[in-house]
Amino acid sequence: MIKFTIDGIEVEAEEGQNVLQVALDNGFDIPHLCYHEALEPYGACRLCQVEITRGNRTRLTTSCNYPVQEGIKVQTKTEKVIRARKLVIELLLARSPNVPVIKELAEEYSVGTPRFSLDNDDCILCGLCERVCREVVGVEAISFLGRGSSRKVGPPLEINPQTCIACGACAYVCPTNCIKVEENENERTIVRWGRTLPMKKCKVCGRSFAPWFQLDYFGKITEGIPKDFWDKCPDCR
Amino acid sequence: MSLKGIDQILKKFEYRESAIIAILQEVQEKQNYLPEKDLEYISEKLPIPLTRIYRIASFYNAFSLKPRGKHIISVCLGTACHVRGAPMVLDRLKLELGIDIGEMTEDGLFSLETVNCLGACAMGPIVVFGKEYHGQMTPARVESAIKKYKKTSKE
Ligand code: SF4
Ligand code: SF4
Ligand code: FES
Ligand code: FES
Repeated sequence: MIKFTIDGIEVEAEEGQNVLQVALDNGFDIPHLCYHEALEPYGACRLCQVEITRGNRTRLTTSCNYPVQEGIKVQTKTEKVIRARKLVIELLLARSPNVPVIKELAEEYSVGTPRFSLDNDDCILCGLCERVCREVVGVEAISFLGRGSSRKVGPPLEINPQTCIACGACAYVCPTNCIKVEENENERTIVRWGRTLPMKKCKVCGRSFAPWFQLDYFGKITEGIPKDFWDKCPDCR
Repeated sequence: MSLKGIDQILKKFEYRESAIIAILQEVQEKQNYLPEKDLEYISEKLPIPLTRIYRIASFYNAFSLKPRGKHIISVCLGTACHVRGAPMVLDRLKLELGIDIGEMTEDGLFSLETVNCLGACAMGPIVVFGKEYHGQMTPARVESAIKKYKKTSKE
């Protein structure tokens, strides 16, 4: 057990945890957009910044990728922290002025119209979609492309990633909701990546429930599950 | 590039994923860009996901995913070259070649690119034709340089 304090309150954590997770578990409110507990931290959005004192040194740092250490002092609401957060929100708002989560943050932190020129991008390059696809789904259908101001996330060739199983995990984790999934009787489309796959119908009830390709993939990576398991929808299993 | 040629390069680097940059460099060397099908082949043979290759190929300026001309013309737009008149040189090149930055002439001879400082500021403005560095470029000298390259490629 590792003991340290957050805003003066003592908390306990396991070795290897990060400060953000422990803070959230203990009910502290630290805004974060590029962190998901199931994925490796990436430190991209810079929203989760806090002040951390270790020994006699205090510094502003992102909490999502800061490993817990015995005796550190974490402060989540100092003037410095709020100032840093506001600047990050201002920058995010300049990039994505029409994204609801960002607008809400701006309101909460009283950030007005940014001083920077406004863009209209719905993706904040948090990398959650790319990480979930690689780390959890395991197919690496999308990745970061390019760099600098032209950096973006997408499939190779920017369209129709061949390894994408249209599972929708990327759409689920995207904080700005900019990955749309459309579904009808026969197909599912991940709109942002231009990927459409035919759906499989449940052998029992006849309802379309998942893309063929996805079920094939699950069949391949799971062991000890009978083959016909993937022929039935979750309700009929 | 021929699949055999790619195989040779892959073999030379012992199919190591960590050598991917060197592999891409060699594949590009031969044709000035990285064709889609070559990348697909490399991804299949190494084997590593195509996404990983694209991530790298699209990150480095040294790699091009679009066909490039036989002679790549790079105009330095670094600070020193800029104040010494590089934008005028660039304008003249665009006019002479009839293409914009990042494009290739129809005959496939030239591509136009820009770079930020080549580390030879005292000689600016600098334009690199293929591997040859030309210092103190002026709009007037652009024309004769292009003519020279057109001629040598015909021979
Ligand atoms: S829908 Fe495709 S891109 Fe998104 S997580 Fe699933 S496999 Fe990856
Ligand atoms: S598409 Fe969504 S999840 Fe992916 S990087 Fe952009 S904002 Fe993040
Ligand atoms: S949540 Fe820590 S940098 Fe985004
Ligand atoms: S600015 Fe052109 S070489 Fe340095």
